[in-house]
Amino acid sequence: MALLEVEDLRVEFPTRRGALLALDGVSLEINEGEVLGVVGESGAGKSLTGSAIIGLLEPPGRVTGGQIRLEGHRIDDLSYEEMRAIRGKKIGAIFQDPLTSLNPLYTVGRQLVETIRVHLALSLEEARGLAIELLGEVGIPAPERRIDSYPHEFSGGMRQRVVIALALCANPRLIIADEPTTALDVSIQAQIIALLKKLCREHKTAVMLITHDMGVIAETADRVAVMYAGRVAEIGPVKRVVKHPKHPYTVGLMGAIPMVGHDVERLTQIEGAMPRLNEIPAGCSFNPRCPKVFDRCRVERPELMPAGRDAEAACWQFDKEARRG
Amino acid sequence: MARQRAPDPSATPMLEVRDLAKYFDVSKPWLARLIERSPRQILKAVDGLAFDINKGQTFSLVGESGCGKSTVAKLVVGLHAPSRGVIRFEGRDVADAQSRADSAALRRRWQMIFQDPYASLNPRWRVRDIIAEPIRVFGLVKSRREQEDMVAGLLRQVGLSPADGEKYPHEFSGGQRQRISIARALSSNPEFLVCDEPTSALDVSVQAQILNLMKDLQREFGLTYLFISHNLAVVYHLSDKIGVMYLGRLCEVAGAKDLFARPQHPYTRLLLETIPDLEMTGREREPVAGEVPNPINPPSGCAFHPRCPFANERCRSEVPMPTESAGHIVACHAAEEGRLPDATYTPPKQPVAS
Repeated sequence: MALLEVEDLRVEFPTRRGALLALDGVSLEINEGEVLGVVGESGAGKSLTGSAIIGLLEPPGRVTGGQIRLEGHRIDDLSYEEMRAIRGKKIGAIFQDPLTSLNPLYTVGRQLVETIRVHLALSLEEARGLAIELLGEVGIPAPERRIDSYPHEFSGGMRQRVVIALALCANPRLIIADEPTTALDVSIQAQIIALLKKLCREHKTAVMLITHDMGVIAETADRVAVMYAGRVAEIGPVKRVVKHPKHPYTVGLMGAIPMVGHDVERLTQIEGAMPRLNEIPAGCSFNPRCPKVFDRCRVERPELMPAGRDAEAACWQFDKEARRG
Repeated sequence: MARQRAPDPSATPMLEVRDLAKYFDVSKPWLARLIERSPRQILKAVDGLAFDINKGQTFSLVGESGCGKSTVAKLVVGLHAPSRGVIRFEGRDVADAQSRADSAALRRRWQMIFQDPYASLNPRWRVRDIIAEPIRVFGLVKSRREQEDMVAGLLRQVGLSPADGEKYPHEFSGGQRQRISIARALSSNPEFLVCDEPTSALDVSVQAQILNLMKDLQREFGLTYLFISHNLAVVYHLSDKIGVMYLGRLCEVAGAKDLFARPQHPYTRLLLETIPDLEMTGREREPVAGEVPNPINPPSGCAFHPRCPFANERCRSEVPMPTESAGHIVACHAAEEGRLPDATYTPPKQPVAS
């Protein structure tokens, strides 16, 4: 059984002019100790998927359909208090901006100790000891001294390390990392990714890594889900998706990334832009931009279907194959 | 194609920058300094930069945040006055253009595209007025009718429709806004564009559209670009020549291909090491320890020495001067003394789309 199962998840934002469907039938699974990359452009719904799983949807957004199961138990219908017990204990979170995920008024030690004691039955001294150990583990030099520093006394990269320590402190089964390196410089980004990878391997923690950067995914993830307009367009092992993308959107996305050593005069261009939530076209939401569009795409919406070996894509061009296989 | 165009050695470069420096005074207020007996604090944002940009080519500056690359962009277009140094545009010192008409004539010929298309367009102006502003300011057209035609033409050129001129910036997506910024920059028929991270706020598919547009425009109008970015892959794709900056200084300047094939300066090698591997070779990257130091109080000697695996006594005490060999400029003692091991960077290949 997978650690986390998301099935047909729907998230709506009610507005005066009717409900906007921000997530429309998202299904994915994360296995024990696995890194699942979730990639997509702004507005594709990748962060929303993360917030829905951890129960932190911004109102008025709400889950209106589907199920989220952690270790086989539903967590999408839990009360606020019940969810609080899971958040931090079983599912940790790392957000993009380390400055806003830390309280500027408390020392990092106090924040770590508080979080540890909420989830684990430890005395103050024991919790402090664990906090120092964690800070050392995430690569903060001289942790016994730095534990009494305030967040503003750390640099961006160091702050993100503290946030990782916070997310790991109750030894959760799953960490939702939402753009953990986007606000950081390239050389620091490489450090943080290496750290996250190492720690999760050691603690056997599964990670849902949400990012717009295919490079980060390629280096870190085991499997990847490509999202487009509130749906999963393609899901599969990262190597396969990067090297042999199936869905026309993924193909375009990969060609649009400029790469060192690859001399092209022009990059592949996907014409147009992702549709707004209130004007998602009928049929496949990618059909107006798709180079391989045919009649069926404009009418009927494709679900994820097998597209060759260990590949799943939501695209009608693989339908025949699915039937034959 | 910009890359194939052979540079004419006899021609003066479009832009020459010599010993350019910009210092900012970041001291506490006078009274506070007096009470605390603290000295003045000077931030050397840019310190002794020199480079040339040839006509019709793209020169890129790369570096991490705080290295001073955006300050260079502002210095070049005149949004900051340099503390020291010369900027020559087609052989003429920009500081010499004193009279209003003189400097306007010069300023018409260069324009800037900013990073954030949400902040660089006035939300209360219609798009056609935004684009027409440089046309009006420089008095490029005689009649209102001519101005409208020109705006419509510019909108078409950047892939928008003339009817979009009636709209306000908030009605557009990030990529479309960046197209509007480009149309505005092109409206005074400039020859030289300074682009400060024009695509870093955009999604990859939109970034590809903007980069393609920039290349098309360069080919069509023979534009010269100074391109500022932190993204090495974008820089590789676009540039003829690249300068790598670290803490206000250039550590290496070389042709784009040359820089990636034979990186010399240890910092350049570090940067190349951080490029994510899309070829999926499973190569474990060796993340380099340390962070960019505080520019107010930079390390002595070579500013990179605390993070450099090849640093020795000389690097800690003496600032390395740029030295040139075969068109490849490096400011590094280790490179000069031949202490560096050879590094050949084998770039990952493009994944094959099926």
